[in-house]
Amino acid sequence: MAMTNPAAPRFAVRTRTRASTIAAIGSAALILVLAALPLFAGRSVTQNLFFILTMLSLAQFWNLLAGYSGLISVGQQAFVGLGAYLLFAWTILGGVDPVLAIVLSGLVAALIALPTSFLVFRLKGAYFAVGTWVVAEVFRLVLAQVKILGGGTGTALPKEVTNDSALVAWIAQATGVRAAVARGMVDYWLALILAIGAIALVYGLLRSRRGLALAAIRDNEAASGSVGVDAVAMKRLVYVVSALGAGMTGALIYLDKARISPDAAFSLIDWTAFVFFIVIIGGIATIEGPIVGVLVFWLIQDELSSFGSVYLMLLGALAIVIMLFFPKGLWGTLADRFDFHLFPIRRRLEFTDRDGEL
Amino acid sequence: MTEIFDTILQGVLLGGLYALFAAGLALIFGVMRLVNLAHGDLIVLAAYLILLLANALHLGVILGFLLALPLMFAAGYLLQAGLLNRVVGDDILAPLLTTFGLSIILQNAMLTGFSADSRRLTTDGIETASLPLFNGVAIGIMPLLTFLAAVGVIIALNQLFYRTALGRAFRAVSDDPVTARLMGIDDRQLFAIAMGIALAVCTVAALFFGLRANFDPTIGPGRLIFAFEAVIIGGLGSLWGTLAGGIILGVAQTIGASINPEWQLLAGHLAFLVVLATAPRGLFPRAVD
Repeated sequence: MAMTNPAAPRFAVRTRTRASTIAAIGSAALILVLAALPLFAGRSVTQNLFFILTMLSLAQFWNLLAGYSGLISVGQQAFVGLGAYLLFAWTILGGVDPVLAIVLSGLVAALIALPTSFLVFRLKGAYFAVGTWVVAEVFRLVLAQVKILGGGTGTALPKEVTNDSALVAWIAQATGVRAAVARGMVDYWLALILAIGAIALVYGLLRSRRGLALAAIRDNEAASGSVGVDAVAMKRLVYVVSALGAGMTGALIYLDKARISPDAAFSLIDWTAFVFFIVIIGGIATIEGPIVGVLVFWLIQDELSSFGSVYLMLLGALAIVIMLFFPKGLWGTLADRFDFHLFPIRRRLEFTDRDGEL
Repeated sequence: MTEIFDTILQGVLLGGLYALFAAGLALIFGVMRLVNLAHGDLIVLAAYLILLLANALHLGVILGFLLALPLMFAAGYLLQAGLLNRVVGDDILAPLLTTFGLSIILQNAMLTGFSADSRRLTTDGIETASLPLFNGVAIGIMPLLTFLAAVGVIIALNQLFYRTALGRAFRAVSDDPVTARLMGIDDRQLFAIAMGIALAVCTVAALFFGLRANFDPTIGPGRLIFAFEAVIIGGLGSLWGTLAGGIILGVAQTIGASINPEWQLLAGHLAFLVVLATAPRGLFPRAVD
């Protein structure tokens, strides 16, 4: 056995911080409250939260793509729209239960993202961004030709799909509310599961070996290759995972809307510009950023969206100002100043005593 | 047979318009590696400016266009000097986000200022005149002029790049900005001039586009995508390649439209994806990145 000097300091690599432990307990409590919310809060509260939670899911997946992997896409509406249309196809044409259809739609969107990645990955940097946009346009134009799903004008989900699904019927029976109300509750819970799942998936990925590989690629792609990181395979994985997330979120959003058209489902403003804005204002490349961003976005939208085009001009201008003066966003700027991380992913070297305690 | 020839001929001429859209985008990318997501909206803005000068000042389209040229040059210079020079550099997120924000601002400002109605530039009938060729195949005067304008713009830009001191400075900054600065070149000033020239080219594109088709404030992003596709099909760094890219895109679109009018855009996008799959650096590449 090697000689050890008992007086020498020992080290431990940790990611957890005191703030993150408190955050974990706080998150668990918050999730319980949010899960119980539909039982005592009104319909308008759950509708607002549905919007916040689905936008949060989209923002987390876009952040994984752009913030952590440097794949700046302006075409995530491709997979939101695809997931939405797949949900309509599974439920209307295939007779699949909508909850199962959400999962299947996400999986098929991811399956389509795989060959798509071979095309768009031929473009680098900013050209990749515009390339993803072209892909979204192609999906939109192709689905506008699918007459059985309404073609260019779109279609609606029949009542059997929205109100008579197994889960909605069961909730309606268990709580004694009307099917329409039970449907709103189910959609809300699904959005909550999806948002928590998105955060858990992104956080888990970043804390794993793959997260280290992503950080290495971001810092220096050539050097990461020399220590055995396959940058292209990692980026492809992230692209496909993001498509899975966007596809499932799109499917859920349009299950709730129950009406679809190619222009709405593949909207650049709704599914990419707003998501862009949420991530930038909150703080790119942090887990907390999109959470802060989506709350700020919801407040602004609630106050100003009735102003229409002036509201959109304001959002555009605000995004530019944030980019110029606070490129790390609200959360990133504060977290840097106070070294405060609720979802830490950075590994820290800490001195410990012999037993490995702090 | 003549039908096929006619379709291809119209497609080639349409390609001239796409080359005009693409020339400004290619110029900016070549000089400062910036992809301007507001490029299409700036073309639409130039079209509204020509319309405004032509109608409000009773100048007519041609005088309106000549007056719009220096105004758009100045707008480009100020846009670059005041805003975009702060974000050009190695990071690609900041310039993409800034120009994306600018695109949304421009679209909504034009919606507020000019309403969502579609507009058109008009002259005394030249936009409907045509030259008969043979067997009933005719060539429109406007599409022909558009194509000649594209060739003229590309010749002028090539002369500027390879025959003048300014062009030499552009190439130096493009190759190695640090060394260019050591040689006393003010790269920020050059970027501003380049953006000014790009917006002047946008104004030429806007003139022919506005005479050919209706425009409204929301169509900018679509023009950006055509410009982008023409640049990628042609290959980065080559202006003549951009013309070739525009022609391939135009021909693909007219062939698609001749089969089914709804397939026009889809056929163009598919041609782009086929080129991307088979020749990812474009057909006539010059630049390395």
